[in-house]
Amino acid sequence: MASSRWEHFPHMADIGVRGLGATREQAFEQAALAMTAVITEPAGVEPRQAVDVECEAPDEELLLVDWLNALVYEMATRRMLFARYEVRISGNRLHGRAWGEPADVSRHQPAVEVKGATYTELSVSELKDGTWVAQCVVDV
Amino acid sequence: MDLSRFKRRSEHEWEIEPHGAMRVPGVIFATEALVRDMDDKVYEQVVNVAALPGIVKASYAMPDAHWGYGFPIGGVAAFDPDEGGVVSAGGVGFDISCGVRCLHAGVGAQDIAAVQKQLADRLYQRIPAGVGSTGAIRLGPQEMDEMLSGGARWAVARGWGTEADLERVEERGQMAHAKPGNVSEHAKKRQRDEMGTLGSGNHYLEVQKVVRVFDARIAAIFGLREGDAVLAIHCGSRGLGHQIGTEFLKRMAIAASQFGIRLPDRELACAPIRSPVGEEYLGAMRAGINCALANRQILTHLAREVFAEVLPAARLDLLYDVSHNTCKVEEHVVDGAKRKLYVHRKGATRAFGPGHPDVPQALREAGQPVLIGGSMGTASYILAGVEEGEARSFGSACHGAGRAMSRHQALRNWKGRQVVDELAARGILIRSPSQRGVAEEAPGAYKDVSAVVDAAEAADLAKKVVRLEPLVCIKG
Repeated sequence: MASSRWEHFPHMADIGVRGLGATREQAFEQAALAMTAVITEPAGVEPRQAVDVECEAPDEELLLVDWLNALVYEMATRRMLFARYEVRISGNRLHGRAWGEPADVSRHQPAVEVKGATYTELSVSELKDGTWVAQCVVDV
Repeated sequence: MDLSRFKRRSEHEWEIEPHGAMRVPGVIFATEALVRDMDDKVYEQVVNVAALPGIVKASYAMPDAHWGYGFPIGGVAAFDPDEGGVVSAGGVGFDISCGVRCLHAGVGAQDIAAVQKQLADRLYQRIPAGVGSTGAIRLGPQEMDEMLSGGARWAVARGWGTEADLERVEERGQMAHAKPGNVSEHAKKRQRDEMGTLGSGNHYLEVQKVVRVFDARIAAIFGLREGDAVLAIHCGSRGLGHQIGTEFLKRMAIAASQFGIRLPDRELACAPIRSPVGEEYLGAMRAGINCALANRQILTHLAREVFAEVLPAARLDLLYDVSHNTCKVEEHVVDGAKRKLYVHRKGATRAFGPGHPDVPQALREAGQPVLIGGSMGTASYILAGVEEGEARSFGSACHGAGRAMSRHQALRNWKGRQVVDELAARGILIRSPSQRGVAEEAPGAYKDVSAVVDAAEAADLAKKVVRLEPLVCIKG
């Protein structure tokens, strides 16, 4: 079973975010980290302040998109970047917490803002070795 | 793409014959070379759109088509509400009414040269660009709703522009039937600090020069001569549009099954035009269009202030403003009969021909200006709509170059500093808050826009008028 990690996958106009982990929750956390990495180097963001988000969706794939879009909304309205995430899922509800700090253009050099998470290449699945994968393309 | 999958209708028209769930054919307008280079996903997406209820004539793709979300980017599709036609949040996209406006500088490129550095620096100081940038305008709840109803007309009433500007904006600056009440509080909150901001990614504000005139007659009607300077602004409806797109995509994806609509791809999320969610989306989306029109109007005002200070001889009269992510109700003749259709253009520009009543009086004999944005540091084009386009593609043409490689690949190939220096050596000044952003948007990361406009002209979608090259680029 793989340890938690994230990666990007190519989409011509935009970029795909993929989280992998031992649990579905970890895969969701890592997918969020992959989204941070679209914008800036995650290691450069200090986890100083926590923000809570709640989502609800009829299935786990829509829940992933909702989770990422809730973070897009928090980043946009609070003008923050996030470096660490924690996710709990029960049924069709997700409770998430994101730690980060106010965006600092000169220090973080944010490359691009994420407009929204999409349903393109969207999937949440468990591989044969028990690794959970959560992924979709984000529109930038 | 494998060309054997198409029936070639003419040199630049590639048909996908109806099969499976397709209700109409798919048609790609492009040269053989462009079709060969297109991703197989474009084929798949054109086919999927052709299967949506109430689609009329064909599912079209423009010469710059590439893999999008549900609809291809560069996709055009019209739906008839009387035949169960749908409206699709995915078919409009996240950046509702993203578009380009172009203004005559009223001075020549040589006048810009004398103040180029100062102009670049002052524009960069005044135009909020990049991730997390905020505008100077804060809208309270009532004024937010007025903006969402009034569009560029609201901005002009606030003193950010002139009546003459409105004549040169699609819908005369104000999209009718917008319903601010259909726009969520979340969407409005996301917009609160973002009025008059450029955004990031491929959005830009550029000072450009006319380097070549292809059609002297139309160029004269458009008021463009070789050596003239122009200002181009490419941006959209900012956070508000993105949030509307996000929320309705989910609602339509969930609701589709209730309407018996089978979605081969959830991103095609749609609802009947005559359904509560369909109507609600149309009202919200039109408010999003007004947000984009107001935003480009405010950016125009900021640019005019900078020009007045740095180069008082400049005028900045608006040539035209086009949107390329929209769904609009338009009258089109289909098989000899006039019909009212809901035309989706996703990464495609309206391109009405000469004489069309929606083209401003002063430009009508030439056809509508079709503004094609290039990428940072490459050429842009101004085309004109042609009469044939009406029958061929519901009066639509391409919108830009499209990426040739992913952002990742671009980051591996270029460093931001190096891109800025290389362009400066060619007389193009780039100003951006993000070096990484500049590298991801490097000119080499985009396809050749010239091939796309050549194909649009060859396919009789629009006619080339002038070619523009940048002098200054403010990049988000």
